Amino acid sequence: MSSVIPEFIVDKNEDRCIKCKVCVRQCSEEVFKYFEEFDLIRIYNDKCVGCHRCEMMCPTDALTITKNNALYKENFHWSSYTINSIKKQAETGGMILTGSGNDKAYVSYWDRMLLDASQVTNPPIDPLREPMELRTYLGKKPDRITLKEENGEVSLETKLSPQIKLETPIMFSAMSYGSISLNACESLASAASKLGTFYNTGEGGLHKKLYKYGKNTIGQIASGRFGVDTDYLDTCAAIEIKIGQGAKPGIGGHLPGEKVTVEISETRMIPSGTDAISPAPHHDIYSIEDLKQLISLIKEATNYEKPVFVKIAAVHNSAAIASGIVRAGADVIVIDGFRGGTGAAPSVIRDNTGIPIEVALAVIDQRLRDESIRNEVSIVAAGGIRSSADAVKAMALGADAVYIATAALIAMGCTLCQKCYKGKCNWGLTTQDPVLTRRLNPELGSQRLTNLVNSWNLEIKEILGSMGINAIEALRGNRLRLRGVGLTELESKILGIEHAGM
Amino acid sequence: MNKFPREKDISGCSIFGLINTDGEKVSGSVITEAISVLHDRANGLGGGFSGYGIYPDYPDDYAFHLFFDSVKAKEETEELINKHFLIEYDEKIRTDNSINLPNKPLLWRYFVKNRNILSKDSEREETFKAVMDINNNIEGAYVISSGKNMGVFKGVGYPEDISKFYRLEDYSGYIWTAHGRFPTNTPGWWGGAHPFGLLDWTIVHNGEISSYDTNRRYLEMYGYKCNLVTDTEVITYLFDFLVRKNNLTLPLASKILASPMWVDIDRMEEKKRELLKALRMTYAGALLTGPFSVILGFENGIMGLGDRLKLRPLLVGKNENTVYMSSEECAVRKICPDLDSVYRPKGGEPAIALLDGKYV
Repeated sequence: MSSVIPEFIVDKNEDRCIKCKVCVRQCSEEVFKYFEEFDLIRIYNDKCVGCHRCEMMCPTDALTITKNNALYKENFHWSSYTINSIKKQAETGGMILTGSGNDKAYVSYWDRMLLDASQVTNPPIDPLREPMELRTYLGKKPDRITLKEENGEVSLETKLSPQIKLETPIMFSAMSYGSISLNACESLASAASKLGTFYNTGEGGLHKKLYKYGKNTIGQIASGRFGVDTDYLDTCAAIEIKIGQGAKPGIGGHLPGEKVTVEISETRMIPSGTDAISPAPHHDIYSIEDLKQLISLIKEATNYEKPVFVKIAAVHNSAAIASGIVRAGADVIVIDGFRGGTGAAPSVIRDNTGIPIEVALAVIDQRLRDESIRNEVSIVAAGGIRSSADAVKAMALGADAVYIATAALIAMGCTLCQKCYKGKCNWGLTTQDPVLTRRLNPELGSQRLTNLVNSWNLEIKEILGSMGINAIEALRGNRLRLRGVGLTELESKILGIEHAGM
Repeated sequence: MNKFPREKDISGCSIFGLINTDGEKVSGSVITEAISVLHDRANGLGGGFSGYGIYPDYPDDYAFHLFFDSVKAKEETEELINKHFLIEYDEKIRTDNSINLPNKPLLWRYFVKNRNILSKDSEREETFKAVMDINNNIEGAYVISSGKNMGVFKGVGYPEDISKFYRLEDYSGYIWTAHGRFPTNTPGWWGGAHPFGLLDWTIVHNGEISSYDTNRRYLEMYGYKCNLVTDTEVITYLFDFLVRKNNLTLPLASKILASPMWVDIDRMEEKKRELLKALRMTYAGALLTGPFSVILGFENGIMGLGDRLKLRPLLVGKNENTVYMSSEECAVRKICPDLDSVYRPKGGEPAIALLDGKYV
């Protein structure tokens, strides 16, 4: 018997319960069990992950999930989480796994930055009356444009590097088929195509069903090289080399064999039932010059027609690494902060490694400017972007665009129970169980994602208008429109912003 | 001395410019009469003028106009100028000190030649670097103009008082621009007044750009240091960057600073569309948003340009061989009641008048 005290208490109001057994059928964690001989639904609190599926599906509102306040005696140093972790490790001898992003109480710099607005000297612009442009092109820009003249007509001589066009500076970040269900992948792909933006395959390959969304697909190449072949490279609009992930910098991935279904095995191009292991490093990248070779290889293989992204986790010396990545030929750098999500990671890594995206973004943007190479690359910020305000602040710090994934999952039903690694997601997102995946209708999922991004677009336009800005590029790197609150002088300096009142 | 050097300059303004397209010179008193009509759009905290063709005795020398806060700043500046240039002649700028203006800096002008024989491009680049060097590295020294056969006259006061102070009636030029300023900060700082000058570029500017820091940080990648914290400085540098350093024409530079909307670019025929798309993507850091109208002066013409939403006024009038540009029509009518043509350019549409009579 486990000595771990349950985290949640499932309370059932017997007066309301009609014994319809929806909860029994809905809960994949088997919290509820029906005993026919006694006509009784028994509740096992210790199995509850706090996802609230039963609560929401119960037709008579008979269920309430509450936090177990009596967990352990209150202790500032030894929290209930810590005590439970120790007990679990003592029982199993294993690493504690977790899903989604770092949930610890580290500072959020988004919440310590406020936006400027126009008053008197400069009119705010009403987005309902004036054009407000969000279009963004990602890719390497030349330092200068040269022109040619033929028969008195001036035209372009410079040949631009490949670019991808975004109608909104928000993209869906990498989540593989395997870590999430095909229905979830299709929801993202179809929403990206409706929104004129992009989603990312993660390291899951591209399912045949999703090839039709290729124009809005960023294909990832990670250390396991799963699902990469000519068709994949030809179909995706851009290719992303994944070096690291904000939730687990320096850690690879592991999709257990039981999740490698026939369809996943075909998509990832590995035998079904075998573990899909993405090593911590790429075994052909042990240094920056090796990265350059892989970038060149991908460009050669895609006929120099597709921008190549390189994604790194935000770590202590990100600025110097980013500079090296630009010089290695990447068209776009993705920086993933420590709040970024994951399907599975050791808690100890997720909760203790990396740095905030705000800081990494600020220093990388400044470093590339100091080296006069900022034009040679686009910067995408990722990892814990929660709202349009976070996105606007990211762009004011210097990002060209942002990636969202946790917010996208929430739009599709996720309640951040952080049990993605168990493969039992009650919302049909991070599971391959056909009973569960059916719960997400890709058309509805796509609609909810489209709604989310459209509402953020409206909010971004409203914010731009209040600042008197009417094109997103005039926000990019416009740090004067940010002010810090409650920041130390050093923090302000690192973020490159003034404190409120200055 | 700027009392609030960390704050971004904010001001509303009146602007005026004229060019005699045959190159005939007119006295500085003409433009003074025009800008004085717009007295109420300034608040006495900034006024200024630029004149072209005003130094016929030194037409091939760079004319440096300087503000010094101290004699020490002057000595250091002269040492630096001497390193790169031969000073042909220098003098204290003549002023009428019966005009009472606050915080007057020491005003000096130098006519200089580069020590080496250089191509026109590299000569201008060397001069540009020297100006950046003085403005950034010598405390209390500001180069306010640095072109050939032209100069900027500005300070804290109403434009008509500034004109009297500098005795502008003694100068005559074929191009004049003028500015009346209503700053809400940087009071009493002479460097904050317009026009702003670099090489032969001068800008008078009405408005406030909301993209300032994006533009500033973009320019700093290419050797520009924006130490005067004004929008006008940034706009001047952007023109220098796009036209002189990137060899773009003024109309194309205008399409970058006040770019057409993407929906309009999408509708253009292919060659033009690809060109404008590439310009907007590549020079994204140079896009100006927020309200502005500017008059740019340069050695052979003037150009008026308004922001793409047309949030600030700009009028262009023509009478025989003179083209006028102004934020208000009354200023033009004051000195030229009968105009052959008058129009208000659309937002983002440049109005260019050149010395050889070309009028776009």
